[in-house]
Amino acid sequence: MNPTKVKSIISLFGPFLALIVVYAIFGALNPRFFTADVALNILTQTVIVATAAIGMTLIIIAGGIDLSVASILALCGVIAAWLVARHVDPVLVFCGTIAFGAFCGFCNGSVTVWMKLMPFIVTLGTMQIFRGSAKVFTNGTPINLPPEVTTWKAWMGGSGLPHGVWLMLGLVIFFTLILRYTRFGRHIYAVGSNELTATLCGLPVARIKIFVYSIGGAMAGLAAIMNMAKSSQGDPTTAMGMELDIIAAVVIGGASLSGGEGSVLGALVGALLMTTIRNGCVMNGIPTPWTEVITGAIIVIAVIIDRLRHKRA
Amino acid sequence: MTKEKMPATARLSMQGIRKTFGPTIALGHVDLAVLPGEVHALVGENGAGKSTLMKVLSGAHSADAGVMFLDGVPYQPRNPLHARAQGVGMIYQELSIAPHLTVEENIVLGMEPMMGPFVNRREMRNRAMEALAHFDHPDLQPNRLAGTLSVSAQQLIEIGRSLAMGCKLLVFDEPTSSLAQKDIERLFLLIDRLKAQGISIVYISHFLEEVKRLASRLTILRDGSAIATRDVASTSPEEIVSLMVGRDVNDLYPRSERMRGEPILEINQLAGKSKPQDASLTLHRGEVIGIAGLVGSGRTEFLRTLFGLDAVAAGEVKISDVISSNNSPAARWKQGIGMLSENRKEEGLALGLSIADNITLSSLDRLGRLGYVSPAEMKSRSARWIEKLGIKCQGPQQRIGALSGGNQQKAALARLLEHDVDVLLLDEPTRGIDIAAKARLYEAIDEIVADPVRPRSVIVISSYLPELFGICDRIAVMSRGVLTEAMPVHEITAEDVMRVATGKSDTLTHFSSL
Repeated sequence: MNPTKVKSIISLFGPFLALIVVYAIFGALNPRFFTADVALNILTQTVIVATAAIGMTLIIIAGGIDLSVASILALCGVIAAWLVARHVDPVLVFCGTIAFGAFCGFCNGSVTVWMKLMPFIVTLGTMQIFRGSAKVFTNGTPINLPPEVTTWKAWMGGSGLPHGVWLMLGLVIFFTLILRYTRFGRHIYAVGSNELTATLCGLPVARIKIFVYSIGGAMAGLAAIMNMAKSSQGDPTTAMGMELDIIAAVVIGGASLSGGEGSVLGALVGALLMTTIRNGCVMNGIPTPWTEVITGAIIVIAVIIDRLRHKRA
Repeated sequence: MTKEKMPATARLSMQGIRKTFGPTIALGHVDLAVLPGEVHALVGENGAGKSTLMKVLSGAHSADAGVMFLDGVPYQPRNPLHARAQGVGMIYQELSIAPHLTVEENIVLGMEPMMGPFVNRREMRNRAMEALAHFDHPDLQPNRLAGTLSVSAQQLIEIGRSLAMGCKLLVFDEPTSSLAQKDIERLFLLIDRLKAQGISIVYISHFLEEVKRLASRLTILRDGSAIATRDVASTSPEEIVSLMVGRDVNDLYPRSERMRGEPILEINQLAGKSKPQDASLTLHRGEVIGIAGLVGSGRTEFLRTLFGLDAVAAGEVKISDVISSNNSPAARWKQGIGMLSENRKEEGLALGLSIADNITLSSLDRLGRLGYVSPAEMKSRSARWIEKLGIKCQGPQQRIGALSGGNQQKAALARLLEHDVDVLLLDEPTRGIDIAAKARLYEAIDEIVADPVRPRSVIVISSYLPELFGICDRIAVMSRGVLTEAMPVHEITAEDVMRVATGKSDTLTHFSSL
């Protein structure tokens, strides 16, 4: 097999291998870890971060970043809860929330592109704007879902795999195919790898970037619905700091923060890896502060491995 | 191989140098001797081992075998700083200047004169002034920030750094690649002066004219071995090239029968924001037009404005008799015009992506329907160009950043060929690539221009006049943003071109016909 192929296989399975190893270690420490319940639990807990990470992967591949993702999630969450509390049709709630998330992303993208600003700074600002708006909208108190509305229960709970998990897995496959096999997908990689080359080749760079940020926002909107379903409320202070988990998942999954590299499948594995560590630590009685240390170490190690991989290339 | 008789008197003697990287033999068995006060040229294709040899010399790599002597004394540098302290200074292609430090701080960098824990500022100033005295350059004030200086002045800082250390041997690695013509001449004069002072110089260059101008002897490297050492005066350029390439290069610039057809691109008084100010040109099918001119004259801006990368301020562009209403790169590709950037690494290629990605980037919509991109189609189309242009690589999926400059450039040209454009805009297509890759590009250009069924057309910018005269049918000169009329190459000479380029004349005509 030629070396190029070997390298691409390693980069895809590297995080996956790490996930299996970590899972096996915790299982060896505590056999109860190997039960279906625990696996199901891990999947369900990961789904919110993983869904948002799908959008973030696209943004990062395109050479951008979105620090406002958790704030979009909170803002979309309170809007969704407000709509549900008003007994709006669930389909409308679903579509409306995602559309609003996409709009938030569109704002991020447009300001970044048209004003030629660094996405890090722009989204650092909109992070506060969206979070603040969510608090203003609710006067700072969570909006609880009416107890008689049960439509959303199956999204994050119930028996077997919840809807949210299925949808997230479907989207991972969908966007993996988009990235690999469509012109739009290849354009995202090209823009992230070298924007000047993309411009030279006549690619609609501005449109691609704005669209990618919009997808990122839409995914955050979808994650917001899952979050609302899970907690049965729209809380403006939810998901504080989750943007870091989301970005970490994408990076552990092999993306480069300088753009041009990354995969949705990798981001899912990265998100699963972090949840597995947290769950494993809890079940083995490892105190939470240590969980943080271990998770942080994994992120740093992932980046180091990535670095070494590039050096050899 | 010439056996050197006098290693004892040689300034530098390298004997039997061998260096391997894993299974790759970078240097097989290299001997090199440089005399005091000699400019010794080192030539060879990319990958011949020039850089590795110089890294061994500067202590960046340690040789697996072989010995080195400096003025007859065994010389074993541990690292570049150590080498400089012993008298061997390197001036690299990519300048290693700290832009936020001053000129004098840069000159003594790593060797700062100390007074207790502090830098001895007065001593630093003295050493810097002493080194700067060699140059007589108005911008080189000791307390000026290095980042505010021109590239040529920054290069002088590098040279000054070695001179301040009392280096007896300087290595110049492609020193003229980023310099304008007048700075090149200034550098040559400096090298002549250094030589007169008894300093030995190893001069690495792709440009044989420079070698002729400066060096007394040259050593040719090929595939990690020193093939020959010759006297420059008694060796013809053809002989040097064939020694470098390892085969006869009869005709570097092939010229098949070309049929000049109807006008395909008409540019009328095109102007950009600041440059070009006024450029008109009519390009016919089956024709190569060269744009000569000094760096900064607006050649590149002309091509960028024409291609829509820079804004069009005035003028019109007609493609096949139709005035173009949309001047953007996307529109140009659709109109059958493609461009090759002069800046391969920063603009031309997405270095992190594969060869196949780069070749097909502008024409992805042909690899499948409804936005689908077939990886198999992408691979096979790219493989065709890899084969046709002789791109040395592991396969279409290899990261393009891992290829040599020449092979990268072939892939960059392949993008235009794959898009199958009618008009190719090439900005310095052969900059920094080896002679074999150049020959391949010239062949490819000639082939598509002379295509009997659908002859393409080319506008090419080059700073290298023999190349323009070799491949072009007509040449126009850009000077201060204004483009002259394009004249047939057989009616003008290089001197005529230079006279217009340097502003001594406004019209491009043969001097004697005035």
